[in-house]
Amino acid sequence: MITILFDGIAYGMLLFVLAVGLAVTLGLMNFINLAHGAFAMAGGYITVLLMQRLGVPFLWCLLLAFVLVGLLGALLERTLYRPMYSKPQLDQVLFSIGLAFMAVAGVDYFMGSSQQNVQLPEWLSGRTEIGHGAWMLGMGHYRLFIIVLCAALTVVLQLLLSRTRFGSRLRAAVDDPRVAAGLGINVNVVFLLTFAVGSGLAGLGGALGAEILGLDPTFPLKYMIYFLIVVSVGGTSSITGPLMAALLLGIADVAGKYFIPTLGAFIVYTLMILILMWRPEGLFTRKGGK
Amino acid sequence: MPPLSPRDARAELLQLSRWRAWEPLVWLLAFAAPWLLPSQALMINEIAIVALFAVSLDLILGYTGIVSLGHAAFFGFGAYAGALFAKLVMPDPVVGLLVAMALSALLGALCSVTILRGTDLTRLMVTLGIALILLELANKLDWLTGGADGLQGVILGPVLGRFEFDLSGRTAAWYSLSVLLLLFLVLRRLVNSPFGATLKAIRDNRLRAMAIGIPVRSRLVVIYTVAAAVAGAAGALLAQTTGFASLDVLAFDRSADVLLMLVIGGVGWLYGGIAGAIVFKLLQDNLSSITPQYWMFWIGLILVLLVRVGRERLLRPWTWWRRSGS
Repeated sequence: MITILFDGIAYGMLLFVLAVGLAVTLGLMNFINLAHGAFAMAGGYITVLLMQRLGVPFLWCLLLAFVLVGLLGALLERTLYRPMYSKPQLDQVLFSIGLAFMAVAGVDYFMGSSQQNVQLPEWLSGRTEIGHGAWMLGMGHYRLFIIVLCAALTVVLQLLLSRTRFGSRLRAAVDDPRVAAGLGINVNVVFLLTFAVGSGLAGLGGALGAEILGLDPTFPLKYMIYFLIVVSVGGTSSITGPLMAALLLGIADVAGKYFIPTLGAFIVYTLMILILMWRPEGLFTRKGGK
Repeated sequence: MPPLSPRDARAELLQLSRWRAWEPLVWLLAFAAPWLLPSQALMINEIAIVALFAVSLDLILGYTGIVSLGHAAFFGFGAYAGALFAKLVMPDPVVGLLVAMALSALLGALCSVTILRGTDLTRLMVTLGIALILLELANKLDWLTGGADGLQGVILGPVLGRFEFDLSGRTAAWYSLSVLLLLFLVLRRLVNSPFGATLKAIRDNRLRAMAIGIPVRSRLVVIYTVAAAVAGAAGALLAQTTGFASLDVLAFDRSADVLLMLVIGGVGWLYGGIAGAIVFKLLQDNLSSITPQYWMFWIGLILVLLVRVGRERLLRPWTWWRRSGS
């Protein structure tokens, strides 16, 4: 029982890190980026390559996945994404699906279509059990690691957005780019950095999640719907919204698969549709937001 | 410019709905194609089917401005309905087609409540979600649908009691083309009617449409239902002419592909869906003969270029090098 809850929380946390970048681009910058999963996949493949080919330790891989994918995101933002911000949403959807398709085909071409494995280090592969019977809590060390890391990241992100100068600049740039620019905020740089951090987080999530979610070239399409659910259900104007939605989704998904396996992903989709019909702007919306 | 009087407005609508000289020629050519190119009859059949599917998406995307990532829901539902009807009730194709259309329309009417609220993103998610739910259903109800193996053993009687389906696919091609033409004529009439004009008003500015007294919600429900019926017809045609329905009729790729076709051909113009379907299928056929992965890469590249160049300008290459305001 509690083990399922625990696994659900770990899964949800992982989804949150994967999706938070999308929450920022989609919710704050109002750009529908269906290629977000491709950045996550890039992080996963960077980790696999570094560990298998170069023997880099796991933790360094995570850091490198974050940095490299962040750089990639910055590069693409500067060259491809920036002109798309002002286009209609249909164009954004088409553009980002196109990018995702190219990423899927490219990875398939270079890495093969088979599933990649991540070899966890010794100290992360164990499992601790507390209590017994229905109240037993079995904690996989790796899942515990994910929860701790992701919780820390969430706190940092929240502080970054709400307490720092950069956070207020970002919020200003989002609310009204023209006025923000008039106040001397370099909107382009703010967006560039935000996009880079968002993609970097996706990369980190992909690296972390490769072991749990599996990693193959169809990753961006397979998990796209999950990221979108997290963002749209959570509401797109805060960090806590997507966090709550990710946890809800993670727990519902794990519990659903455990208790009613025949229904599978059915529950999650139905839940999403009902929530969105009830509150089209998402569950947690900021008052006075867009 | 003085405001249009009702009479002018009517004249303009009539002008729009008048047949151009090239249109009958195009259709004649289409119907001659299975006869001129007998080896390509299967391909022609497939193009007619996806063209019908693309035209149905155009009704909601091009004319009403609803972005849908899950239009395959209705296509796949129609396909399963058509296949199951032939297998369990009776093998007559035309009756099966009508039943599949009616059922898809019903589903469309039910689902239309989901698109009335929210933003583009919400609609995107909800439409995608409905398609995924149907996919899960078709996968799990394997006693009915055959699950992941697909629904096999669909045998159909002759069309109108006279024309047997043959192996070369020529009957199938003519059958699909006839249905395409028939529905196309109906839809052409529909979008060029005052009703169609109100749809465009909703697309261009929903608030304004509401303010001048257009019942926006009921219009959306009606057009979504019609589009669902047409998509269901396309799906049923596919199931009938191939004698097979599998999960891929509901897959996300279908929804993405049809969106692509429409965008390649041009939205808000019924022929756009047909033109897009032809270009898309020929491209797909040529590129995917190398490997499926390449196909995906190229289609991605085409999409990115399409958007960067500008959707409406793609069909007009002479404007590419002209400076535009946007």
